[in-house]
Amino acid sequence: MPPLHIKKGSSRHSAYNLRSNFSDVQETHTLAVIVDNEPGVLARVIGLFSGRGYNIDSLTVAEVDHTGHTSRITIVTTGTPQVIEQIKAQLGRIVPVHKVNDLTVEGPSVARELALLKVAGEGEKRVEALRLADIFRANAVDSTLGSFVFEITGAPEKIDAFAELMRPLGLVEMARTGVAALPRGR
Amino acid sequence: MTRQMTGARMVVQALKDQGVDVVFGYPGGAVLPIYDEIFQQNDIRHILVRHEQAAVHAAEGYARSTGRPGVVLVTSGPGATNAVTGITDALMDSIPLVVLTGQVPTFMIGNDAFQEADTVGITRPCTKHNWLVSDTARLSDIIHQAFHVATTGRPGPVLVDIPKDVQFASATYTPPQKARVSHYQPQTKGDIEAITDLVAAMETAKRPIFYTGGGVINSGPEATRLLRDLVAATGIPITSTLMGLGAYPANGPHWLGMLGMHGLYEANMAMHDCDLMINIGARFDDRITGRVDAFSPESIKAHIDIDPSSINKVIRADIPIVGDIATVLADLLEIWTARGRKVNREAIGKWTAKIAEWRKVDCLKFTQKGPVIKPQYALARLEALTRGHDRYICTEVGQHQMWAAQYLGFNAPNRWMTSGGLGTMGYGFPASIGVQIAHPEALVINVAGEASWLMNMQEMGTAMQYHLPVKQFILNNERLGMVRQWQELLHGERYSSSWSESLPDFVKLAEAFGAKGIQCKDPGDLDEAIMEMLAHDGPVIFDCLVEKHENCFPMIPSGEPHNKMLLGEVSTKDAIKEGGAVLV
Repeated sequence: MPPLHIKKGSSRHSAYNLRSNFSDVQETHTLAVIVDNEPGVLARVIGLFSGRGYNIDSLTVAEVDHTGHTSRITIVTTGTPQVIEQIKAQLGRIVPVHKVNDLTVEGPSVARELALLKVAGEGEKRVEALRLADIFRANAVDSTLGSFVFEITGAPEKIDAFAELMRPLGLVEMARTGVAALPRGR
Repeated sequence: MTRQMTGARMVVQALKDQGVDVVFGYPGGAVLPIYDEIFQQNDIRHILVRHEQAAVHAAEGYARSTGRPGVVLVTSGPGATNAVTGITDALMDSIPLVVLTGQVPTFMIGNDAFQEADTVGITRPCTKHNWLVSDTARLSDIIHQAFHVATTGRPGPVLVDIPKDVQFASATYTPPQKARVSHYQPQTKGDIEAITDLVAAMETAKRPIFYTGGGVINSGPEATRLLRDLVAATGIPITSTLMGLGAYPANGPHWLGMLGMHGLYEANMAMHDCDLMINIGARFDDRITGRVDAFSPESIKAHIDIDPSSINKVIRADIPIVGDIATVLADLLEIWTARGRKVNREAIGKWTAKIAEWRKVDCLKFTQKGPVIKPQYALARLEALTRGHDRYICTEVGQHQMWAAQYLGFNAPNRWMTSGGLGTMGYGFPASIGVQIAHPEALVINVAGEASWLMNMQEMGTAMQYHLPVKQFILNNERLGMVRQWQELLHGERYSSSWSESLPDFVKLAEAFGAKGIQCKDPGDLDEAIMEMLAHDGPVIFDCLVEKHENCFPMIPSGEPHNKMLLGEVSTKDAIKEGGAVLV
């Protein structure tokens, strides 16, 4: 079990000293948790968050290694630095958890989300929706005479921005996958 | 050596291979195949309790008094749900347990079958880990894993839920040596750099203190030995949490007594005023810290703990060290010795003198006068009359528990079994049964309050059946004493439902089970009555009628720091302010 990112208990170079651990500032972090894909593992992770009163802003999970049967759970969470450290330590304590990476503090990372948006409208609004979709590189994956379903991928903020623009143009329904993220570089 | 066998036989074989000699349990439909296998062998002894909660507490008592994992076997549904309190208790106090539960057959799971409950779902937050075994081929491997997880790192309870068809089906048994190696391997060696930081802090500290907890006892006898060496060599005073009593002997020269909400004045004052706090295997529980923002304001805090999540959870650690206590203390002693075994003797001498002044307050003093026994007096006499024995003490939860911690001295680890984290009334009696099973010849006393004791009194049957001479020392004030004390302090002396009405005649109750009952209400008879209890070779219920409205002091009122202790009755008025009233 990886003991979070305190450099093996060191005082001088640990994550605790990088930022004030006891500040009141709310931070949003993206955590990648590698777990054994066994029954109940997601319930353990989610139960930890609800049981200890932590936030989940977004959560995605899928098996990423079909031979080793490990899944990657990507959690976006918000809390004070102390709470974020606790979340990581508590996640690391769960027996089927192999690794917890905090993509927000461990160097640059790339985060993407996929969304489907159904936009219903006619006339000028319909044309405008299509034009904006083009600007955002969203694809129309379904179209009828009165509606489109757009597929868009990108950072969560990009999807938020696109959804805001679609709202007055007839956004009726939206599905989002939640964030998948990887560290940049090797 | 591979062998084909049924799942039920596999359970018993795996327990044998794990060195288990006792199982505490209660049979039922979904575990009958396992009970049938237990019937057909003699290596593992099954102790039939009278309620599943008691099976778990007995296993806790066994585990805490031996250092080995306790094993529980109960049936599905109500068997499992009755065990939940005990399992949660073990989680809070980091006690290694392996709980085996029966489950309805796999093809009936989810059908609301008779005695079906989602046991792994219910126990997920109160176990360290749990498994639902869906295939007999995996059963033995999972049981070996269960023992590994329960006893490795920060110990805790684990649960294996075994459907009845899995018990009947056959597969190949995997012995422990061949079991899959778990990726769960918590770090035990502390970071040398951090340990060196701590040594450097110890060398110069003027007012250092060791604050030790249950982690020292969980780490094992080597941790206790090293701790004692370290204290003796450095002369640094030492206090302990409720959970850690006995790691350093109560008759040792550097002992300050227990700290915390009902800890000793000198221990709490020293915690508040120290300049170096060395936390060894404790977790800054709220019973210890009092008001967090005023907790030991001037000290550097070192924290040694095997669980990374304990560090910085409540109190910021300046020197965090993740590792096993024994391993870390060995490295600490080695580094300290290599650097010349330095401490600031002169300053520590002054510090010790300061502590001696606090000690003069004599915060545990009481006066026994009049015709009614003071609970403190009862425990002081119990202490005096059992001092020569290698005794094991269990407690229930409440005032008597705190008095026991204050007035009884513990000179060895694994001699003190009490529900610290969860505060489970009804813990002590079944725990005393587990202790007595593990130590058949020892003197085992459960210090109880009458209300707590009644919560698991059915275990008199177990004590009688197995001839367990457990002594139930009940301080009977006919009150839920600690609840009453808080109502006095906080709720204008409105004693809402905090008295025990319709109490049984405890002597007759003992006799009804075939045990011995003793009642004592006169201070003058107390010694003789205690001697009679000790001399009796069998279970005894000792009904000690004590002062009804005695309060437990010293006390840190909730919401206050260590140096704002209440020492006695005069100081209690409006002691708890609005902010503290919401705390428990």
